[in-house]
Amino acid sequence: MRRTPLAGMFAGLALALTACGGGDGGSAATEEDAAGALTGRGPITLATGKDRSGNMQKMVDAWNQAHPNEQARIIELPDEPNDQRQQMIQNATTKSDAYTILNLDVVWTAEFAANRWVVELPRGGQGVDTAPLLPATVTTGEYRGKLYSMPLTSDSGLLFYRTDLLEKAGVAEPPTTWQEMWAACDKVKALPEGKNVDCYLTEVGKTEGLTVTTAEAINSAGGTIVGPDGKPTLSTPQAKAGLDFLVNAVKDGRMPKAALTLDGEGGRRHFQAGKLLFHRQWPYQYDLANKKDGSSKVAGRFAVAPIPGPDGPGAANLGGHNYAISAFAKNKASALDFIKYMADGAQQKANSLATSQAPTVASLYSDPDMTKKYPFLPTLKTAIEKAKSRPAAVKYGDVTAAIQGAVYDAVSGKTDTAAALTDLQGKLGRLTTQ
Amino acid sequence: MATTVDRKGKAPAAPRPGGRSARPRKDVSGSRRLAAFLLSPTLLVLGLVVGYPVIAGFRESLFTRGQTLDADGFVVEGERFVGLDNYTAIFSGDAAGTFWNAFGNTTFFTVTTVTLETVIGVTMALIMQWAFRGRGLVRASVLVPWAIPTAISGLLWRWIFQADGAFNAMIRQQVLWTADGFESKLAVIIAEVWKTSPFIGLLVLAGLQMIPRDVYEAARVDGAGAVQQFWRITLPLVKPALLVAVLFRMLDVLRMFDLPAVLIGVNKRSVETLTMISWFEANNLRYGSAAAYATILFVYIAVISYLFVKLLGADIIGDARQVTKGKKIRKAGKTGKTGRASA
Repeated sequence: MRRTPLAGMFAGLALALTACGGGDGGSAATEEDAAGALTGRGPITLATGKDRSGNMQKMVDAWNQAHPNEQARIIELPDEPNDQRQQMIQNATTKSDAYTILNLDVVWTAEFAANRWVVELPRGGQGVDTAPLLPATVTTGEYRGKLYSMPLTSDSGLLFYRTDLLEKAGVAEPPTTWQEMWAACDKVKALPEGKNVDCYLTEVGKTEGLTVTTAEAINSAGGTIVGPDGKPTLSTPQAKAGLDFLVNAVKDGRMPKAALTLDGEGGRRHFQAGKLLFHRQWPYQYDLANKKDGSSKVAGRFAVAPIPGPDGPGAANLGGHNYAISAFAKNKASALDFIKYMADGAQQKANSLATSQAPTVASLYSDPDMTKKYPFLPTLKTAIEKAKSRPAAVKYGDVTAAIQGAVYDAVSGKTDTAAALTDLQGKLGRLTTQ
Repeated sequence: MATTVDRKGKAPAAPRPGGRSARPRKDVSGSRRLAAFLLSPTLLVLGLVVGYPVIAGFRESLFTRGQTLDADGFVVEGERFVGLDNYTAIFSGDAAGTFWNAFGNTTFFTVTTVTLETVIGVTMALIMQWAFRGRGLVRASVLVPWAIPTAISGLLWRWIFQADGAFNAMIRQQVLWTADGFESKLAVIIAEVWKTSPFIGLLVLAGLQMIPRDVYEAARVDGAGAVQQFWRITLPLVKPALLVAVLFRMLDVLRMFDLPAVLIGVNKRSVETLTMISWFEANNLRYGSAAAYATILFVYIAVISYLFVKLLGADIIGDARQVTKGKKIRKAGKTGKTGRASA
């Protein structure tokens, strides 16, 4: 109970020490991997976030039965994505072979590849086959044109909307532009049922969700945060239009003030309580909001559409998870086979049906079994095809922190849009030139 | 640190009694050698677990690595000696604003929470000191907030402080406690004071129970009122225990991390503390810079505790000993002040 004073600091220093100890020697392993030889067969591990549905274990069990000499074992990492990244980095800086395959969030690819913590995956022939995948998802596994991770699941923002309220207000189609969305809101607000319903919500709390929201708003308006040459591009009218959309939505009360403190799950509670008309959310909400066990008041009364933009459907953000092979692992040949097995269309289909995670194999979006269970899949496919990634940066942690800081100040009314963009342009400029 | 103070205090005291002839002096130096010999394993262990991390951390803060990319986009490996660059970077450029903000927050939290905790803790102790039925139950229940892990109480308070949470329902207003503003500072202070006042309360209670009843009886006979008794008897006599409690709390809050991180979130300017920026740097693989922040915090904590010990005379080990010794002296009808003066 009584902690020694300074213990926290020492822990911090000790952490720095461990990292330092791992810095020397052992570069031989990296050189060998750079040659691209994925050799070695035997037991492997898969480091991943929580397997909530238990389906990942099922797929691993099936693999284990077919490959008794190359048994795979799941290592569950903490729930928070940032903690997962932290553990994987710790594993890499100590050059440990404990993790063979890493289940990476799409935005981590650049960092892991640039630090040589994961190996390049060979394409075609004996390597992985990316041809059946949606092209947008493949780009999330690439760093400077080379493939470092295999997209296993995809994800894209969608506009959830209340069909019952829109119908009552006489709006036949979901909105495709921001203007149409506000107009629909005003009509619903005029109804007695619409009195206590908030118009629109997207994540603007100061978390990773805000970076996603910012990227979506700016991409939808035709701008980019970081251009193809890796330089920030925020001094454009498109970037301003995108950010203005968010700032004004909060200022005009379209978004509830509480949005500034809500994370993804907080938004879900709000939508499921029936207090929200339009909600930008990931597809995972579809199943949960449709539960008939009383946890959702909107079951059967909502549908999804692509997110709107200034003059037509917007560009949603691309999420998802990719599998990469740790540079320090043994049995890389087994790992490659395992990734091919998990990324296979049949496995992805089974996984999607069990977990509602979006697949990366394009043909599954028109598979009758899939569309029967998830009628929104064609919408999602359109969204993913138009979707854009968040900036791929080696220093992604700094980049996302800078975006969150500047945009939050603008959205919460501390600074104006122009000042926030100038500030961010400067910060990102320094972060991407190093 | 505490042990050195103790040893230094002891060492000069030892030769005094036998300082008359040459022979006892020889004995003394012999026993000193023996003491040094017997203590050396302890010192060695202390050096390993305390000294080494501090020095290694400082060394780390003089290096940088993995911050540049080569032509193919790979991070250049190997560490590079940069001298004090990590330190100068903290006080200039982009980082300076972040640093001073965190420094200000850390100091602000330390001053406000420790002041509030001291007042509330002493009040708690005085209430618990009264003999009443169910006192044991009250003491045990007061401990509950202190017994809950900080991360858990952070979550607990986050639910209370969320936009549609219990706190807003109670005040019938929508205050965005967990947004990045002054309200977040208040939320952290409330949660921190709730969590740690019992600690001061219990330490002060232990001090209070050392004060013999007859001192108060004598004061009453002399016509001292309740307020006078508190300022003239209770506070001076409980001061050693109180100072130790306050010092511990100060050291704790100066390196506060988990409560604001869980309650409000990381990367929020209004509650960012020095440990949080150090964590952020380490998280983004700048271990050198993280170590520099940690070293600065270490120095800051060391300076604050040194000043505290010097100015207020909070001698952690010495006073604890004094309290037990003081009891005998006080029994003879003297106050703790004379007991302290004799030390």
